[in-house]
Amino acid sequence: MATISKEETEALIQEVLEVYPEKAKKDREKHLAINDQSVEQSKKCITSNRKSLPGVMTIRGCAYAGSKGVVWGPIKDMIHISHGPVGCGQYSRAGRRNYYIGTTGVNTFVTMNFTSDFQEKDIVFGGDKKLDKMITEIDQLFPLNKGVTIQSECPIGLIGDDIEAVAKKKSKELDKTVVPVRCEGFRGVSQSLGHHIANDAVRDWALDKRDGDDSFETTPYDVAVIGDYNIGGDAWSSRTLLEEMGLRVVAQWSGDGTISEIELTPKVKLNLLHCYRSMNYISRHMEEKYGIPWVEYNFFGPTKIAESLRKIASYFDDTIKEGAERVIKRYQAEYEAVIAKYRPRLEGKRVMLYVGGLRPRHVIGAYEDLGMEVVGTGYEFAHNDDYDRTIKEMGNATLIYDDVTGLEFEEFVKKIKPDLIGSGIKEKYIFQKMGIPFRQMHSWDYSGPYHGYDGFAIFARDMDMTLNNPCWNMLQAPWKKDSEAAEEVAASA
Amino acid sequence: MPNVMIRRKDDGGLLFYIAKKDQEDTIATVEIDTEEQWGGDIELTDGSKYYIDPMSPPPEFPTTLRFKRG
Repeated sequence: MATISKEETEALIQEVLEVYPEKAKKDREKHLAINDQSVEQSKKCITSNRKSLPGVMTIRGCAYAGSKGVVWGPIKDMIHISHGPVGCGQYSRAGRRNYYIGTTGVNTFVTMNFTSDFQEKDIVFGGDKKLDKMITEIDQLFPLNKGVTIQSECPIGLIGDDIEAVAKKKSKELDKTVVPVRCEGFRGVSQSLGHHIANDAVRDWALDKRDGDDSFETTPYDVAVIGDYNIGGDAWSSRTLLEEMGLRVVAQWSGDGTISEIELTPKVKLNLLHCYRSMNYISRHMEEKYGIPWVEYNFFGPTKIAESLRKIASYFDDTIKEGAERVIKRYQAEYEAVIAKYRPRLEGKRVMLYVGGLRPRHVIGAYEDLGMEVVGTGYEFAHNDDYDRTIKEMGNATLIYDDVTGLEFEEFVKKIKPDLIGSGIKEKYIFQKMGIPFRQMHSWDYSGPYHGYDGFAIFARDMDMTLNNPCWNMLQAPWKKDSEAAEEVAASA
Repeated sequence: MPNVMIRRKDDGGLLFYIAKKDQEDTIATVEIDTEEQWGGDIELTDGSKYYIDPMSPPPEFPTTLRFKRG
């Protein structure tokens, strides 16, 4: 940031912390940092993945959100039971925009809500019988389902139901994959543990189903796209690029993914990891068990796409390397035109981000391609390894905030006055009412895809549409404006 | 006694990953690192120390090993 120095940022943090009681202040101080690219390890400057303070407004989710909502939910041909009271599943139903192909209710089930709808008697007498019956009914009503996952909500862990036993029994009975996931919401400090639990459930109950079965014909160019949830079609716009350079995408995890793709993943040659936070666990497992290397990539903005395509190609022979160059060249005219059109309109604008997973660092490159500058970034539920990766991407003396509270975020925005904020729905209207353009960076504000070259064009258009919208000049009521003008006239007269 | 996954980095160094803590660090020095044996006192780049009984033959990476805090 050109206008604020390190000292000023430091002062800003201190000023914001002023309102907290002594103990809370000490705790929150550790989560706020000034970026310094010379720091190798983030744990020296920032603390993350800690319990949120009681009483502050946090934006985090729960372990159930991490498992049902993020990792398992998008797998389209399985039925995901929200096992427990009805609310958790219903209020999060179909909100994530992970697109898929199929006929909902016939062979795909992503946007539907299946719940065991716990009542008092289920809490008192246990819900295993109900679950057993439910899985039978599901199989009768939706015979084309390829499996069932049981996503536990809080009460399941509290009353001690044995969902594993039910899963094993039903799996044998129906000859389908039935996965119990112990993702009760009270586990862990945020959705992050839910990702981990879901990854472990994939590992233990689904991944090894086709070990020793070599009937699947492999090629030397098989890859799996891991950690792309197909928000607004993201995985599709990434997949086309990979296929164009000569790779064969065997599996998509888990946006528009299927259980059979998951079972085939151990046969691939390379795992391409987009969302490091939610899927690194399973990538590490596959590296260890099957010897499949994994590589992190970033498909936001042409600079990072080219970098990533070359990085991916370096794992393969010359045909793929040439393929990567061919793809970059093919889209060059297209993305240069996008930059030529939007860069003059967006140049020099300052952005603050607060999202989860991978976006706080991955989209920085895309903003920079448009001449914009990210002046503050933060994660809801990152761990230190995410911040290790973020430090290099961010400019010096910029703000980094972990699990930022409602108050801190508002105060930072008031002081830094960014031109655009990218965060989620809960923050959107606060900042729009403060007169600051806002984009939802979780759901792409009902737009998308943003991945790949095609996505970059949409990304640039959306940012321009929001930032240069004439409505931002109309926030003041016309009569107030007029009276000011009249006063000016009166004063000058 | 943390379970640690060790894998090769792109530059050939060894990465020390504790899943429980989501801690990723590079191994700075290994006490015994020969063709026949691997193990002993291990120091990470951040200065923390771990110990593992020397193994023979050396393990193939990536692998998960159980370390003691040194």
